[in-house]
Amino acid sequence: MENAILIGGIGGQGVVMFGKILTFTAAEVDDKYVTFFPSYGVEKRGGVSNCYVTISDNPIGAPMADDSNVVVVLNDLAMPKFEKTLVPGGVLFLDSTVCALRPTRTDITVVEVPATEIAREIGSAKVANLCMIGAFIGFTEALPPEKVLETAFSKLGAKHPEMNALNEKAFYRGMEIGKAAKK
Amino acid sequence: MEEKIYKRPAGLQDNINGYCPGCFHPGIGKLIMSVMEEFDLLERSVMVDGIGCVASNMSYIGIDELNTPHGRPCAVASAIKRCSPETIVVTYQGDGDLASIGLAETMMAANRGDNISVFFVNNANYGMTGGQMAPTTLMGMKTSTTPYGRNAQEHGYPMHMCEVLNTLTAPSYLARVTLIDVPHIKKAREAVKQAIQHQLDGKGFSMVEFVSNCPTNWGLTPQESIQFIKDKMLPEFPLGEFRNR
Amino acid sequence: MERVVMKGCEAIAEAAIRAGCRFFAGYPITPQNEVPEYFSRKMPKVGGVYLQGESETASAAMLYGAGCTGIRAMTSSSSCGISLMSEAIAWMAGANLPVVICNVMRGGPGIGSIQPSQQDYFQATKASGNGGFRMLVLAPSTLQEAVDMVYSAFDLAMKYKNPVLVLADGFTGAMMEPVVLPPAKSEEFLAAERKENEAWACTGRKGAAQRHHLGCGVVPGMATRMPLEEKNKLDFAKYESWKTTEVDYEDYQTEDAELIITAYGVAGRISRSAVDLLRADGYKVGLIRPRKIHPFPEIAFEKLDYSKLRGILSCEMSIPPQYYYDVDAVVRRRTPIATCLRSGGEIISRNAIIEEAKKLYGAK
Repeated sequence: MENAILIGGIGGQGVVMFGKILTFTAAEVDDKYVTFFPSYGVEKRGGVSNCYVTISDNPIGAPMADDSNVVVVLNDLAMPKFEKTLVPGGVLFLDSTVCALRPTRTDITVVEVPATEIAREIGSAKVANLCMIGAFIGFTEALPPEKVLETAFSKLGAKHPEMNALNEKAFYRGMEIGKAAKK
Repeated sequence: MEEKIYKRPAGLQDNINGYCPGCFHPGIGKLIMSVMEEFDLLERSVMVDGIGCVASNMSYIGIDELNTPHGRPCAVASAIKRCSPETIVVTYQGDGDLASIGLAETMMAANRGDNISVFFVNNANYGMTGGQMAPTTLMGMKTSTTPYGRNAQEHGYPMHMCEVLNTLTAPSYLARVTLIDVPHIKKAREAVKQAIQHQLDGKGFSMVEFVSNCPTNWGLTPQESIQFIKDKMLPEFPLGEFRNR
Repeated sequence: MERVVMKGCEAIAEAAIRAGCRFFAGYPITPQNEVPEYFSRKMPKVGGVYLQGESETASAAMLYGAGCTGIRAMTSSSSCGISLMSEAIAWMAGANLPVVICNVMRGGPGIGSIQPSQQDYFQATKASGNGGFRMLVLAPSTLQEAVDMVYSAFDLAMKYKNPVLVLADGFTGAMMEPVVLPPAKSEEFLAAERKENEAWACTGRKGAAQRHHLGCGVVPGMATRMPLEEKNKLDFAKYESWKTTEVDYEDYQTEDAELIITAYGVAGRISRSAVDLLRADGYKVGLIRPRKIHPFPEIAFEKLDYSKLRGILSCEMSIPPQYYYDVDAVVRRRTPIATCLRSGGEIISRNAIIEEAKKLYGAK
């Protein structure tokens, strides 16, 4: 089973961190192969930012897959292009607080996560990223949730340990949404 | 009882050098090697030669020695010194090598204060390739690429490397000398000693610029070339210690 | 063994340090900036030297200087930066210095683009400088290979007294993947090697019977030059010997294959997974993937049974193609060769490879 995930948004939204948390977690899981490939524009701030994460049971040939099983859209800029890369039956997650656009395709599953709204409710817009990751994990069950949180704590909590509790809350709120969308 | 009061420095090979008659190059090499011998450094030194007439050193310098790409001796020497701090590292470069193609390497090694000693031979032209214009060519001077004489509009002005490097903070010793007569040769030898001493003391970048001659390409006899240095070169390139800290 | 997730450029630098690299000089250029940055952080901790050159030209000259001291030394750059280094690379080859150079390829020619490419194949394998010298050229396709190849590059450089080039690409440099890191060479080993290298190093003659002279046309350890033709013959014999000792390639599912896909580096790993998908679809397809692109693995193509073959598909991220010509030279029209190419920073697509392979294959 190969899960090709494409995450897109703009610089500063945590696109790369989203991908890295999945990558580091997958590397902890013994029998998984994983690759991460980031891609950004020449702008140092505010440009388009996206990354490809592939998690597989076999060695990975194409770290930047032609077709994605899962697409995560954090900003409208990513929507038109990324929607097209999904395989039929693929899943598209979007932050419904930030994105005004909606996918036009009908052969895919769309999971709308009001991640930024939830994050603000919890106390910091910064934890929207963990809410999206939670939704992704809740829906795909691609990785063990507690391992994902462990990675998030070690990567994000090192500098900001005070954020751990908020990130955890956001993660589980997202997970509920992801699980519910699966039914 | 005879007493030996003069001999060939031990740092030179037994070969006869291939420089043109009257050229200062062999004298400069001999000075450097005699200082190395005096300081007992022949066994722990390396000379980094540039490209041009200076590269002929490989045939008569007797210490460890390497050729380098044109203009890069200061970069090469910086790396050697950092990898092998106990080695005394000197470069030997002409004006095209040090002040034209290798200007960036020279400036940046000086600016980093790399603990090396640079010996710079300025004879106002590219000797080996047939006497073309150098950055140090004098105003009005005819060379094979300034057949009507160097003029400011087309070619700019002679570069004064001691003065240029003296604008930097890091260099520890900068001096300009010449070899036109015995008193000057004695001063030149003193400058070489200072440069090596600065390196031994770990003070950083040192450079001695030799105002030199090129009888062949200048079209002068050796005697005339010395007069030319006195009349034309020295007014443009004043001698002296620019820095000694 | 512990798996760690690293970015390609950082994995390259870490592998080098573990291989005993104690000198690095370089100049910033995307997409390999994490290599010098990593060295600048780590070298002070292992007693090594990190030096930021004023240009690629100077950085390569610094590598030349470091190489002359017998230390394990390296530089890295990308494409147009390697062009600037070609001066000193030719010198290091001419002077038989054991150094490692890494090219994390970007688009070309000239400034090209900062995105990944494989546009430097000819430069790497044929002419990284003047004078017709050769280098061993290692082409990793995964991060594990990048780590293993960089690690071995230093041993190869010392063994053959020759520059070794690791030809990576911007994709491999920027991606992250778990790797198993090799053990660090001990300080004792490195000190002993350096002591041994005093037999030719230029650090002061230290009581040796004769001085050492290093430069083009000199065999390390000699006091002076030898006739250039004699020196070039010696080097030529060395390059020729690699054809028996250093050929290295992956032969994957070629035994019953009726179509061969061939590619190196990042295009090689993508091609490998294309082979898997084509096999799953019933196509008898195999892969030849050089791990070293110089010496070129001619034997991999010589031993194919051309009576069974429908063709060869040569894939690379270079337009015009370059690797293709080496394949063509050994296949000598015994079977049709098609290409699947991308350029300008575009990553070669697995779907496109599969499509081209099916076209060339014809009916199952």
